[in-house]
Amino acid sequence: MAAVTQQPAPGSAGPVNLREPAGWRRTKNGLMTGLMWLAFLIVLVPLVLVLYTVVSKGAAAINWQFLSSPTIPPNIMPLGSGGMGPAVVGTLEITGFAALIAIPVGVLGAVYLNEYGGNGILAKVIAFMSDVMTGVPSIVMGLFIYTIWTLQFGYSGMGGSFALACLMLPVVIRSSYEMLRLVPNSLREGSYALGASKARVILTVVLPSAVGGIVSGALLAVARAAGETAPLLFTILTVEQTNSNLFSGANTALSTQIFANATSPYVGAEQRAWGAALTLIAITFILMIVARIVTARFTRYSH
Amino acid sequence: MAKLEVPETVKDKAAAEPGNPVFDVRDVSTYYGNFKAVKNVSLTIHENEVTAFIGPSGCGKTTVLRTLNRMNDLIPGARVEGDITYRGQSLYAKQVSPTAVRRRIGMVFQKANPFPKSIYDNVAYGPRINGIRKKSDLDGIVERSLKQAALWDEVKNRLNKSALGMSGGQQQRLCIARTLAVEPDVVLMDEPCSALDPIATGRIEDLMQEIKSQYTIVIVTHNMQQATRVSDRTAFYSVERNEESDTRTGVLVEYDQTAKIFENPSNPLTGDYVTGRMG
Ligand SMILES: Nc1ncnc2c1ncn2[C@@H]1O[C@H](COP(=O)(O)OP(=O)(O)OP(=O)(O)O)[C@@H](O)[C@H]1O
Ligand SMILES: [Mg+2]
Repeated sequence: MAAVTQQPAPGSAGPVNLREPAGWRRTKNGLMTGLMWLAFLIVLVPLVLVLYTVVSKGAAAINWQFLSSPTIPPNIMPLGSGGMGPAVVGTLEITGFAALIAIPVGVLGAVYLNEYGGNGILAKVIAFMSDVMTGVPSIVMGLFIYTIWTLQFGYSGMGGSFALACLMLPVVIRSSYEMLRLVPNSLREGSYALGASKARVILTVVLPSAVGGIVSGALLAVARAAGETAPLLFTILTVEQTNSNLFSGANTALSTQIFANATSPYVGAEQRAWGAALTLIAITFILMIVARIVTARFTRYSH
Repeated sequence: MAKLEVPETVKDKAAAEPGNPVFDVRDVSTYYGNFKAVKNVSLTIHENEVTAFIGPSGCGKTTVLRTLNRMNDLIPGARVEGDITYRGQSLYAKQVSPTAVRRRIGMVFQKANPFPKSIYDNVAYGPRINGIRKKSDLDGIVERSLKQAALWDEVKNRLNKSALGMSGGQQQRLCIARTLAVEPDVVLMDEPCSALDPIATGRIEDLMQEIKSQYTIVIVTHNMQQATRVSDRTAFYSVERNEESDTRTGVLVEYDQTAKIFENPSNPLTGDYVTGRMG
């Protein structure tokens, strides 16, 4: 406070001092900035370590032969033999179909919750159930699909898709709901005032305004699901051949291949596990980039 | 503040025979939940006239305006009592569709609310809802509406840029253009000029004079001079404190020709307000 009183009164002679008064405030500012940088660096450590390990160990395994040739059982010795072709196909199919189920249902559910449900009892129940579902461990979700689907119809990629869709659904609902809530009411009113019906308001104003966040949330769910292992172990079984038929027959996926290979003591298997891990990360990464490009086109007017 | 001069043209117009009634508001009270926001409003709004709503903040001008195109239906708990007749039809009758009402009775809001779309798509939004798809038709409507809202020259070279990149005043004029694009029967304006500079305000006022031969306009304003410049009739609202429940309810104090309200009001409250002795 003393620094303030030392300043010349406005209008009096002498230069006006516009500098930040030295002292505690400046120190606090510096301290906090430093703390934030520190926190940022700490967050970066595990991320960089994971990426570094996977890339350094997996890069050696990856080549076209690895990505395309059939998988082999983990106990086959030679380094550099066998690949992940069937697992890449399986992961893309199974996760893709799961996304096809969970994203539309989840987004529509969120639209219902935010635009139609109001304070009604049904909306409250759905929101509560979806939050509970978020907390269900993935292995339990796998068991659930195993009992109600796999025991009836046998192992198939589709069973895996169902399990992954169940895992993605609450995440998609929650993230889409939060994004829809952020759309200002004044935009809805602007559209209503021009004579738009409710469906029209939602389709042409609400969803386009929220699309960026909805896509981000959905992708995060897809990326997480792509790496899920436990629910797939029960439902797709993990085989060595490519099974491009999603709807029948046992299938395979990168995550379960990583599990099978990494838990066996053979050198060749270990290398295949790292290679599969890197492939999985790369697939997720490419997905994220594609989605960013797509949403950038949709949201080019929102700033 | 001295008494405001009411321009001669306005006086003449208002003294002449009034147009057909567009809205007939009878004994209307509006509630938000249990809170009675305005009570017992009765007034008639005439065709091809500009009607101004004035009064202190919170007295219910926006509320009354929003009951005229059923915008308050969108607020959970909002409720209207009394009768509003729009061109002979009861506005709140069961079979009336609020969507159809709002297509004929457009609204410009207190705060500019352009859609996060391009300038062109903002203006073309309403016509597209009404099924106009042909590019050449839309182009014509967009240009005409932007010209009417005194915005064309500023934006004609960047119609495909985001509407959110415009200044606040430009955004408000865009919202006016968006409303005019659907050629409504009535335009409700809630303080359309509160974010505009005097030049843009002048343009909007000119616009109102120009278009009132085709439209009926209701405008909320805190600017007394503006009310005297543009309106034919003025409704003055005030708040009444309810002693028991300690709530404030808006009431319509006086509704008459603008010249009468500003030069010779019948209610002393009106006189105090328009001359600045009460706010
Ligand atoms: N959505 C709402 N929910 C509950 N109460 C509301 C709502 N909108 C307005 N009110 C209340 O209704 C009363 C009238 O508000 P209104 O917005 O109509 O005033 P106004 O005359 O337009 O004021 P201003 O000149 O400040 O815009 C106020 O007491 C306000 O708190
Ligand atoms: Mg208001």
